[in-house]
Amino acid sequence: MQQPAQEVMSTAEEQEKWLADAVALVQHNAFFMHRALDANNLRDALKYSAQMLSELRTSKLSPQKYYELYMRTFDELRMLEVFFKEESKRGRTNADLYELVQHAGNILPRLYLLCTVGSVYIKSKEAPAKDVLKDLVEMSRGVQHPIRGLFLRSYLSQISRDKLPDVGSEFEGEGGNVMDAVEFVLQNFTEMNKLWVRMQHQGPAREKEKREKERSELRELVGKNLHVLSQLEGVDLEMYKEVVLPRVLEQVVNCKDELAQYYLMDCIIQVFPDDFHLQTLETLLAACPQLQSTVDIKTVMSQLMERLSNYAASSPEVLPEFLQVEAFTKLSNAVVKVIEAQPDMPLVGAVSLHVALLTFILRVHIDRLDYVDQVLGGCVKKLEGKGKVKDNKATKQLVALLTAPLEKYNDVVTMLKLANYSKVMAHLDYETNKVMATVIIQSIMKNGTYITTADKVDALFELLRELIKDGEGLPAEEVDEEDFKEEQNLVARLVHMLVNPDPDEMFKILTTARKHFRQGGPRRLEYTLAPLVFSASKLVRSLQGREASEDSPVSLEKIFQFLHKTVEDLSMVPAPELALRLYLQCAEAASDCNMEPVAYEFFTQAFVIYEEEIADSKAQVTAIHLIIGTLQRTQVFGVENRDTLTHKATGYSAKLLKKPDQCRAVFACSHLFWVDDEGGVKDGERVLLCLKRALRIANAAQQMSSATRGSNGPITLFVEILNKYLYYYEKGNPQVTSNVIQGLLELIQTEMQSENTVQDPGVDAFFASTIRYIQYQKLKTDEVGERYAAIQT
Amino acid sequence: MVLVLAMGDMHIPHRAADLPAKFKSMLVPGKIQHILSPGNLCIKEVHDYLKSLCADVHVARGEYDDDPRYPETKLLTIGAFKLGICHGHQVVPWGDLDSLTMLQRQLDVDILITGHTHQFKAYKHEGGVIINPGSATGAYSSITYDVNPSFVLMDIDGLRVVVYVYELVDGEVKVDKIDFKKPHQRT
Repeated sequence: MQQPAQEVMSTAEEQEKWLADAVALVQHNAFFMHRALDANNLRDALKYSAQMLSELRTSKLSPQKYYELYMRTFDELRMLEVFFKEESKRGRTNADLYELVQHAGNILPRLYLLCTVGSVYIKSKEAPAKDVLKDLVEMSRGVQHPIRGLFLRSYLSQISRDKLPDVGSEFEGEGGNVMDAVEFVLQNFTEMNKLWVRMQHQGPAREKEKREKERSELRELVGKNLHVLSQLEGVDLEMYKEVVLPRVLEQVVNCKDELAQYYLMDCIIQVFPDDFHLQTLETLLAACPQLQSTVDIKTVMSQLMERLSNYAASSPEVLPEFLQVEAFTKLSNAVVKVIEAQPDMPLVGAVSLHVALLTFILRVHIDRLDYVDQVLGGCVKKLEGKGKVKDNKATKQLVALLTAPLEKYNDVVTMLKLANYSKVMAHLDYETNKVMATVIIQSIMKNGTYITTADKVDALFELLRELIKDGEGLPAEEVDEEDFKEEQNLVARLVHMLVNPDPDEMFKILTTARKHFRQGGPRRLEYTLAPLVFSASKLVRSLQGREASEDSPVSLEKIFQFLHKTVEDLSMVPAPELALRLYLQCAEAASDCNMEPVAYEFFTQAFVIYEEEIADSKAQVTAIHLIIGTLQRTQVFGVENRDTLTHKATGYSAKLLKKPDQCRAVFACSHLFWVDDEGGVKDGERVLLCLKRALRIANAAQQMSSATRGSNGPITLFVEILNKYLYYYEKGNPQVTSNVIQGLLELIQTEMQSENTVQDPGVDAFFASTIRYIQYQKLKTDEVGERYAAIQT
Repeated sequence: MVLVLAMGDMHIPHRAADLPAKFKSMLVPGKIQHILSPGNLCIKEVHDYLKSLCADVHVARGEYDDDPRYPETKLLTIGAFKLGICHGHQVVPWGDLDSLTMLQRQLDVDILITGHTHQFKAYKHEGGVIINPGSATGAYSSITYDVNPSFVLMDIDGLRVVVYVYELVDGEVKVDKIDFKKPHQRT
């Protein structure tokens, strides 16, 4: 490994040395040339300048070093040119000079000198520009060494740029016309390109890579000619179409060189104006499939499409032109042909071409969804039989292909109209597919896109299938729990975007969504079913109180059946706590609709879950409060059903594990017998029974505490019960008397002063604020105030 | 001057997709010092969102919250005020003010923040204020029909608190203001 490194080092050093030697000689000869110029000695000036130019005959220098040397001589030649100009003023004709410099012994110095004189010759207009140019470009054929030839022609190009007989130029007319100018530049371009292409064959094969890099550095010398062509005033669309482009493309295609083809195609696209491209699209695109199969044609074509779409965006007036020339059809055909012509093109290339085409449509033909689908379809065709795409870069492009229209239209519903959209998506690997599905849902959320029919829900869920059910491409390793949760929560949120104000369609949406969700397995149902329940509950509410029409396919009964089945599915997951809550929600909804048997059934289911599946004591406490809270609000029940349910609820309350929980649940149950609303139950006796029972439990808790800890537990329960007594006292429950309250107040005060009682500042504050409350109430002048007068604090 | 956001009962994803965009654009990070939520967020994503608005977030547990670490009630002091948060499903009858004032006496707080009913309420009485910020997403409720999305912003300044209610009615944000002065310094 060390040897080549050394070799490189020495080559670099050698190059420096050779350049330095050559530069020294250039300077030496330039010095004598200057002296001759100062002395007006033409003969010596020519002699030394020829010697100076002889240094450019070297074959040792790398292109970069050669360029440096060239630049040195170039500056010196400028001085010589000035001298020639003055020489002609001194009476020597330019024709003479032109003859004279041809005596130089070597061809390369001769041609440089000839070009230099030629420049003056044209300027003097003593001969027609076209003749001199033609002569120079022909004579330059004499140098066939690639680097030397390239630089010589580059020099020719440089000195002739301002002397072309272009339209409006001072050399037009006798000097020729724009056709001559074009012909000259094209010829020089063609020759330069040939030399440039040949450069790759100079030198040993093992250094090819390095040489190609060096060659690439010289590309602008060739490209400069195209730039000159684009700057010619006389090159109008007609001439570009008829002469310039065909000739340039001919050279590009025929040179069969990857580097040249890629660079020159890019160059053509960059230097000529947009409307030229649009009007010659067919010619330009026809060249693409003819290029070498290794040319990075996707980048070239993407650039062309990008230019054209920028052009379209620049002004609305140019759009008709796009339609007139059928730009899309041409581009689309070219994409197909290029892919066919380059069978080895990596997948990423083919997909990128489609991305470029799609970007073009989105910018130029935003209203043509059929075009968008056509492009996606083209991509599907390319992907046919390839299954999931494994290549990362291609995957990235596929994502770009799917994301671009989504971002442009900001409307997932529009995506659903594209038949090929889901087909492209199906080729994404499992993880990427999920990411894409997530992006789609986020787009729906962000843009507030509502999915309003069951058919659209079907299509959407088909698109999101990797999130909704286990796909075939499911990786073997466990999915990260957090990620899974996040995904499913996103799907759950999506449910609220599936809405239609028409109850029939809404019901269809719900059943469709459930059909899909049920394929997701219990793991997903835990997340996806609850939103369906609430969405259906909203539907219930919208129908509530409405007369059911005979022919409507949806009825309250049907929705409640849907709800029942959905919550039942959830309870089988199993997700008992959530299912219990949802059953209670449904029960209340049924009660609101005056459907007693339905409400009773939902309560029954909730109770069954409570009894059979909720074992955790903390979960039980919450569940009991939810049961009591819901039951308290449910007004639909007749005496019998109500008794059964309240009896159950109080029974559960008294069976809670911890005494304080028991106590609180039991006094909460008192509200089942006292509903403050007009027409509500007001069973004062059973309220009192609950409160007394709560008090007994509080006492039991107290005794238990003193037995096990040797001290009375905190008396907060008593204060809580006192507050409940006050509540009913105020509400006018005849069973709750001032005597009972007075007794309770005294009990609490005694307990608080007892040495056995654990001090708790929280309880003290609670009691104090309760006392303060009583005092406030006493101050009132209404009947509440009167009632409180009987209580002493 | 301290700004306190009270916001709860989002019920995401069970009952709503997201907070209203109008609310989201109003709530910018860095303006609010404390967030008090009476629960039912229900998922981590929503908690994270609140955290993004303000680092000091206090949540009491609603019956749909999946984070078991939220307490049933939470007490804190901001300036001269003692505040308590409780979701409210534990207080039967639900939303009943007399029962909530009892909870307020029990917690011994000046301001009690509860939820569950999805109906905005600010109730002043001798013992303090009870605030229900409603549901920030306007989530379906078996208790309240036609829920409008709402939340509450409290501006606590010395012994005074100004309660601003933001309610989304037919796509427009309406603001209401309630003033409350702490009657006396308790000893």
